[in-house]
Amino acid sequence: MDVDVIVRNAPFIFGGLYLTVQLAVFAIGGGLVLGILLGAARLSRQPWLYYPVSGYVHFFRGLPLLLVIFWLYFLIPVITGRNLNEFAAAVIAFIVYEAAYFSEIVRAGIQSVSRGQRMAGLSSGMTGVQTLRHVILPQALRTMVPSLVTHSVVIFQDTSLAYVIGLREFLRRVNLVDAREARSLELYLFAGLVYFILCSAGTFTGKRLERKNRERKVR
Amino acid sequence: MGLLNYQFDWSVLWRAPYGQMMIQGIFTTVHLSLIAWGLALVLGILIGVLRTQPWLPGRIFGAAYVQIFRNTPFLVHLFFWYYAAPLILPESGQQWLYDTVPNYAYWAGVAGLGMYTASRVAEQFRSGFSSIPADQYRAAYASGLRTFQVYRWVIIPYGFRLILPTITTEFLTCFKNSALTMTIGVMEITHTAYYIDSFTWHGLETTTAASLVYLTIAWTVIAVMGQVEKRVYIPGQIRKAG
Repeated sequence: MDVDVIVRNAPFIFGGLYLTVQLAVFAIGGGLVLGILLGAARLSRQPWLYYPVSGYVHFFRGLPLLLVIFWLYFLIPVITGRNLNEFAAAVIAFIVYEAAYFSEIVRAGIQSVSRGQRMAGLSSGMTGVQTLRHVILPQALRTMVPSLVTHSVVIFQDTSLAYVIGLREFLRRVNLVDAREARSLELYLFAGLVYFILCSAGTFTGKRLERKNRERKVR
Repeated sequence: MGLLNYQFDWSVLWRAPYGQMMIQGIFTTVHLSLIAWGLALVLGILIGVLRTQPWLPGRIFGAAYVQIFRNTPFLVHLFFWYYAAPLILPESGQQWLYDTVPNYAYWAGVAGLGMYTASRVAEQFRSGFSSIPADQYRAAYASGLRTFQVYRWVIIPYGFRLILPTITTEFLTCFKNSALTMTIGVMEITHTAYYIDSFTWHGLETTTAASLVYLTIAWTVIAVMGQVEKRVYIPGQIRKAG
């Protein structure tokens, strides 16, 4: 074991972690906003809204994220006529893909709110959108949050895939250091450990929120 | 507008030598994910059983296994099996490994994917096993079965039927995750689609075709498993609508 290789390359490797976090923040934020819109649309009774959005969700849930990254990487220049930088391409791929997963969490969360709530909202004179905004979503969010946190941890791990289009995030930099120093065992164990610590914090938070929800329900 | 300027050339999908590469890629994706899935099922059931048994070391091992895999990216595991794991062996062992296993990347991919999926399968089985009423266990023990037999004949068949829908989802996750083995050089369909781009500049066509392959297989599995679920569903259970 040669821990020195990690110390020597720490600034380089942790510079990549910064990019990883950046990518995760964009992916989670954008994916969540689009996911809420898609989730709400899937509960709509309008066929022109329901069918295309359901198609979208089933389409992306059937594909590997890695392939979607490549696909958009090839497709975007064809549509726009110019090349996109890798970071923007990766962010778009993550948002488009993860929104499909978020939308399913959102849909399940909204469906968990009892129907009486919606009827009460409508009968008090609010429009459908107002009921969703002021009555349904605040309650649904509470049940959704643990799953959203858990899925955010998954997204954080998925950012490691962005390296296939040349983004030098955390794992890619570990990979590069390994290519130069040939210290695979130390480097990959270290990478695993870093991810493990960061993700455990997320998983733990999700578990705690879930327990809180359960306690609230019992009372 | 770029779309008007782009010259589509769909013949890269069947033109020699690319057509054959695409077919090869599809087959590699299918058998790699199937072998990994077999490994994941066996390991997953084993860990699921360990986690629901009173034996403390087994429970700790099971919990640690699931925690480690859940909180690290699959890619790290692949890199570990491909680059780092052989280094644990002594020099002669490494030599033996590279000599006797010509496509080491493939088997590293199978091992990584199988073990990673096993952690998710184990969680499903654990929740399945613990949702089985305790009376089932008692009845099985009371009829004279030993622990192994209780699981073999009562709990696992029952649990399997309970969690079949989520197991289907896990299989599809395993199938989709097989794409990541391209990062260690396995020539499955995603890698092939990307690879052909480097000769032809027609990656858009090949990745579109690869997408259709994934969707066709995924949707076929969902349709077939929907039928299987209907057939093996446990009377009295609440069934999913639609």
